[in-house]
Amino acid sequence: MFKLLDGPQTLGRGRTFWSCFLAVLAAALIYPAFADSYDVGNFSYFLIWVFMALGLCLMWGYGGMLSFGQTFFFGISGYAYGVLAINMGGGSTTIAALVLSVIIAMIAAGILGYFMIWGGISGIFFGIVTLSATLVLAFFLGQTAGPEWHIGTARLNGFNGMKGMDPLTVGDFYIEGSALYYVMVALIVVVYIALRMLVNSRIGNVIVATRENPQRAEMLGYDVRKYQLFTFIIGSGLAGLSGALYTSWGQFITPSSIGLPAAAMPIVWVAFSGRSDLTATLVGSFLLLFGFQTITVYSQQAALVLMGTLLLATVMLAPQGFVLGVGKLVVDRWTGRRRRGANPALAESSRLQSDEA
Amino acid sequence: MALVDVKSVTKRFGGLTAVSDVDLTVNTGEVHCLIGPNGAGKSTLFKLIVGLYPPTKGSIFFDSVDITQERPFARVQRGMSIKMQAPSVFKELPVRQNIQIALQERFSGAERDLEEERLLTMLDLASESSKLAGALSHGQQQWLEIGMALALQPQLLLLDEPTAGMSPEETFKTGELIKSFNAEGMTVLVVEHDMAFVRQIAQRVTVLHLGKIFARGSLETIIQDENVAEIYLGKTHAH
Repeated sequence: MFKLLDGPQTLGRGRTFWSCFLAVLAAALIYPAFADSYDVGNFSYFLIWVFMALGLCLMWGYGGMLSFGQTFFFGISGYAYGVLAINMGGGSTTIAALVLSVIIAMIAAGILGYFMIWGGISGIFFGIVTLSATLVLAFFLGQTAGPEWHIGTARLNGFNGMKGMDPLTVGDFYIEGSALYYVMVALIVVVYIALRMLVNSRIGNVIVATRENPQRAEMLGYDVRKYQLFTFIIGSGLAGLSGALYTSWGQFITPSSIGLPAAAMPIVWVAFSGRSDLTATLVGSFLLLFGFQTITVYSQQAALVLMGTLLLATVMLAPQGFVLGVGKLVVDRWTGRRRRGANPALAESSRLQSDEA
Repeated sequence: MALVDVKSVTKRFGGLTAVSDVDLTVNTGEVHCLIGPNGAGKSTLFKLIVGLYPPTKGSIFFDSVDITQERPFARVQRGMSIKMQAPSVFKELPVRQNIQIALQERFSGAERDLEEERLLTMLDLASESSKLAGALSHGQQQWLEIGMALALQPQLLLLDEPTAGMSPEETFKTGELIKSFNAEGMTVLVVEHDMAFVRQIAQRVTVLHLGKIFARGSLETIIQDENVAEIYLGKTHAH
C-alpha cells in the first residue's frame, strides 16, 4: 500500500525526498518549543487553510474541475460546526460536531456536484456555478441578523457573525494553542499522505485521465461522472474541514469568510503553488498565507494587491505554478547530478560542456 | 450470429437527416468495413453504435442486448472497444501510463506489467514509453490509441479511420495487426476511406450513401458493383 506514496502523479520520491519530509516534520514538531504562543497560534491559523488548498489542488490540478466553491463548503461546515457545538452543549461533543460538520459539507458537495456533473456542466461553467453558489450563500447569511434566524439556540447573526461555540474540547481540556497546532500538523500529515496515495492509485489514474480527455476515459469503460463526483466530494470535504477548524479556532464565523474575496484566495494559492502537485500546493499555500498575514498586519489592501499581482504573474510567467517550477528545477538538477555521478563519461561530457560555456 | 444489430436507426440533426432508417448486422468473428463517400453518414453511424449520439429512431443491440440508451462506458464494459477518428490519447501523460490506465481494470500486478510490455513492444512504442503521449508523431498516437483499445480485450473492436495520417508501411502493418486479432476471434468494425486498406482486411463491406445503406456484401461483390463504383470508387477501380 505504501508504494502508492510515490508515483507518476506526485513530485518527489525516494529516500532523499522522504528524508526532507521527515526533517521538515521534525522542525514543525519542535517549533512550539522555541516560538512564543502568539506565533504558534498564527501558525495554526495558516495551517487551517492548507486543507482547503489541498482540496482545490485535487479537484482542479488533478481532476480538471476549477471550483470557486471552496468557501461555500468552508462556510457550510463552519456554520454547521457552530450550530452543532452550541446545540450539543459543547465539551467533548465538539469532536462529534467537527466530524458531522465535515460530513454535512460532503453531503452538500454530493448534491451540488451531482446536479452539475450529471447535468454536463464542465470547464468554465463549473467555476461559474460554484461561484454563484458561494455568492448566494454569503448573501443569504448576510441577511440573517434578525433574532428569527436561529437554529436551535444558535443565532446566525448576519454580518455580526455567529459566536459562542466551544473550541475543540476533550473532557475538560480545550484544544488550543500548542495542542491545536499539533492537531493541525497531524491532520495535515494524514491528509497529505492519504491524498498522495489516492492520486497515485488506480482511482488517481482515472482522475487524471478524466482531466486529460474525459471522452477517452469513458471509452475505456470508466463512468467519468462518478470519478468527478468523488473528486468533488473529497476536495470540498477538505474545504469543510478548514471551515470547521476555523470556527473552532476563532469560536466565530461571519459571511465575509465566504464571499467573493475569500473565494478567490484558494485559487491564487493553488495557481501560484502549482495546481498539479500536492507538495507544491502544500508548501506554496503555506508560504503565501504566511506572507499575506505578515503584510496584512501593515496593510490589508497591500496584501490583496500583492495576491492579485502574484496571480497575474503566475498566469503570465509560470502557468504551471512558481513553487512547482522551482521544485521541478531542483529535482532535475538533483537527478541530473546523480546520473552524471553514476556515469563518469557523462560527468566528463558535462564538465566539458560547462567549460565551453 | 449477430454481435451488433442496428435496427432501423435514424439520426437527425435539426433538418438534416445524417442516417436514415439504417439496418446493419456485424457477425461474430468477421472484419466488417463501413465505406462511403464524404457525408455518407459513416462517422455518424459509428458514433451511434458507440453511444456518442442517441438515435432519433431505431434500436441498437449488442450480443442480443438492447444498448440503445446506454452510455459509451457501459457499452465498453459489455465488450466493445473504440478508437476514434482523430487520435484521442491522454497527451499530457506518459505513453506507459496511457496503456496502464487502459489495462488496470482487467489486469493487476505482474500480469499487468507483462501485458503492458507486450502491447508496447507490439506497437513499437517500447522505446518511447516514458515520453508524453502528446510528443509522439501522429501515426504513433494512432497506434497508441489502438493499443489502448486492444488493452480492453474486447469482443468487438470499433475503428474509425484507424490509418488516417499513417505512412503506407504503417497502414499495411496496421492491416496485418487487425487480421491477426481477427484470427484470434475478435470481431472488427472499421470505418475507412482507404480502399487499398479495405481490400487488405475486409471480409464483408457495407456501403453508405446519403445516410442510407447503398450496398452490402463480400468485398468482391462490392468491388464489382457498378453502382458502387459510380458513387464512390470511381469506375476505373471496378475493372
